[in-house]
Amino acid sequence: MAGQSNNGHETYYVPESSPLAFLASISLFLTLFGAASMINDMSWGDPDVATNSKIYFTVGLFSFSAVLFWWFRTTIVENLAGKNSAQLKRSYVIGMQWFIFSEVMFFFALFGTLWYVRNLVGPWLAGEGEGGRMNGLLWPGFEYNWPMNTTPQDAVGIANQTIANNGTFKGADGTVDWTHIPLINTILLLSSSVTLHFAHHALKEEQRSKFNMWLGVTLILGFVFVGFQVVEYQEAMHELGLTLGAGIYGTTFFFLTGFHGFHVCMGAIMLTIQWLRSMKASHFTKDDHFGFEASAWYWHFVDVVWIFLMLFVYIL
Amino acid sequence: MSAHHGPAKGFTRWLTTTNHKDIGTMYLWFSFAMFILGGAFAMVIRAELFQPGIQIVDPEFFNQMTTMHGLVMVFGAIMPAFVGLANWLIPMMIGAPDMALPRMNNWSFWILPPTFLMLASTLFMDGGAPNYGWTFYAPLSTTYAPPSVTYFIFAIHLMGLSSIMGSINIIATVVNMRAPGMTYMKMPLFVWTWLITAFLLVAVMPVLAACVTMMLMDIHFGTSFFSAAGGGDPVLFQHIFWFFGHPEVYIIILPAFGVVSQIIPTFARKPLFGYDSMVYATASIAFLSFIVWVHHMYTVGIPVAGELFFMYATMLIAVPTGVKVFNWITTMWQGAMTFETPMLFCLGFVFLFTIGGFTGVMLSLAPVDFQYHDSYFVVAHFHYVMVAGAVFSMSAAVYYWLPKWTGKMYDEGMGKAHFWISFIGFNLTFFPQHFLGLAGMPRRIPDYALQFSDFNMMSSIGAFIYGASQLLFLFNVLRTILAGKPAPAEKAWEGAEGLEWTLPSPAPYHTFTTPPNVK
Repeated sequence: MAGQSNNGHETYYVPESSPLAFLASISLFLTLFGAASMINDMSWGDPDVATNSKIYFTVGLFSFSAVLFWWFRTTIVENLAGKNSAQLKRSYVIGMQWFIFSEVMFFFALFGTLWYVRNLVGPWLAGEGEGGRMNGLLWPGFEYNWPMNTTPQDAVGIANQTIANNGTFKGADGTVDWTHIPLINTILLLSSSVTLHFAHHALKEEQRSKFNMWLGVTLILGFVFVGFQVVEYQEAMHELGLTLGAGIYGTTFFFLTGFHGFHVCMGAIMLTIQWLRSMKASHFTKDDHFGFEASAWYWHFVDVVWIFLMLFVYIL
Repeated sequence: MSAHHGPAKGFTRWLTTTNHKDIGTMYLWFSFAMFILGGAFAMVIRAELFQPGIQIVDPEFFNQMTTMHGLVMVFGAIMPAFVGLANWLIPMMIGAPDMALPRMNNWSFWILPPTFLMLASTLFMDGGAPNYGWTFYAPLSTTYAPPSVTYFIFAIHLMGLSSIMGSINIIATVVNMRAPGMTYMKMPLFVWTWLITAFLLVAVMPVLAACVTMMLMDIHFGTSFFSAAGGGDPVLFQHIFWFFGHPEVYIIILPAFGVVSQIIPTFARKPLFGYDSMVYATASIAFLSFIVWVHHMYTVGIPVAGELFFMYATMLIAVPTGVKVFNWITTMWQGAMTFETPMLFCLGFVFLFTIGGFTGVMLSLAPVDFQYHDSYFVVAHFHYVMVAGAVFSMSAAVYYWLPKWTGKMYDEGMGKAHFWISFIGFNLTFFPQHFLGLAGMPRRIPDYALQFSDFNMMSSIGAFIYGASQLLFLFNVLRTILAGKPAPAEKAWEGAEGLEWTLPSPAPYHTFTTPPNVK
């Protein structure tokens, strides 16, 4: 158990000095330096010049994952060794809550962007209102509709564009029908939140096999969701001509759903690890299962984001 | 228990430490190094502007200097300096054994050196360093950016990660680690201002991350967030950037308010006047910071209703800020005041920050901002709050707590000389810039019309004086550490209050492993 001090307080466990943080910094730096170099090779660099960017990126990513694994392993071992006082556990809880808040703010910026382009930029580009006085001259003939399948550039023709050309933005031929894959995905993701809730209850009632089963079901639903999302993207790109370069509709569509999909993957990885911990090592008790609880909070958060995506990206 | 071990031996101590004092020290030295680097960029700028005409550097390189000066000073010097203070002081002020999450604390720090190495290395890349201003407006930073912009974007991501983790740590520490009896309304004001600052950081750093990610996508992956041809809008960039950028301004100044609120009562030998109103004023400023961002964009083409809303909201900020200035002055009223170096810097802060606040109210007026916008008036305004505000309070903090950190006393004469030379150098640099701006000199240009020559020459001379005075500061600190006279056992200052002054000087490696009981 956590030690007691002479005036009755539990002592707070301050870990020994540890190389984890420094190694995490170096490997993360290597990953992003490599990524930046790789991206630059694609866009600006001379394709004949071989650089080491891919090696930096791969080595960095591999070592960063290894460091994170080691780091989480250390914290789990410490907890199992009884070093964590109730106060320290509260620190982890507060940390996770504020991390999720930071993610909320990230998505807030994304949805704010979507709101701004749909409600202000679009009408202005079509010459409406105070913001649109000049745009009638710049983009004659552009009419604003959402989804924007005719971009301002399409409307005037790329050769007649009067402002600097910074890309080709050809509108898509159609948009994703929300009654097909997105509706299935909504059902999948919402049910996964429910099954995860069942798993949590089972854990609190110390029913290990039920916990493993419901968590496993959650994972399957999550991975099927990701699979469907991949299918949806392929159909959008190949059949509808909806790409990142298809103007602001394609831009926001892929940016918002893409970042959500990335977060689903992160959440699924987190839950998979919790599942393996329970299956292989019988971790978690009914009172002490914060690794699972934090992952579950994250999963529910990702689910809520999806509801907003379904509304504002797909349906409306 | 590990908690009773001393520091590890050798250099690996600094790589592997989990100790809030070690990490605070690293933050402070790192930020000073960045302060010197950013200062060197500023010297290049002022040397070029010493006389009209292109003298020393290319216009292209001049743009890189203004950009890098801003980025390095904001993200490399001022923010890490206050995180360093938070690390050193918050656990000692609230009676905690360490920060809540000590290993993550070390990670927050060690992300920074490689990140700034990457940012500085862009100076040597093809096409040069970022040259689009520290506000990196699209399309300057997208369509017309040098290739190094990709490294810049990832550097911003890393700085954001460091800030978010550092802030989460501070929130967890303040919420969870206060000694028994240390209620929220008994916390020292520095802890309060940092709690609110940390909240602002967690709220807006992800927005900055979203912003630079959109830039990355526009540059490399064909999206059209900031391109009208595809249905996007360059003004969208400015909205997202300033939704981050305005709270960022308060992220920089709120901890400075906290420092000043600790120091003035000590040297006035009176408790802080209006503690509760200080807390509420800080919270109000933080709230208002989210609804004023468009005042940076009055001239970009905003509907009149928008201009009016953001103008009135911005002027409201003067109310809680006025409360603070009033309380500092009232704290000093009828106090038994002495004027040691930390107090001099705080008085300089109150006086000069108030000037910066007044010019801020002038800038908040949409109709007249059309005259001031992007002129040297703006440069003068924000250097009055950033340098005479944030940096002066940092100097005050270092002199004030150095005896506690090192157990040694700095040289008072040299400290006072540092203050007066900085004070004169600073005002000589930036006061004339108000007149330059009002007369129409735009910011971010390497050359200017002849009628601006005299004020520019004064400004450059002032900048060199101010820059040199920081070397005196460095010398004084180093001399204190290496050969300073021993500081008084606990209280270095007669009027100092707070838990950190109940500890021996220098503060032991581990403090408050058993929480003190606070009355």
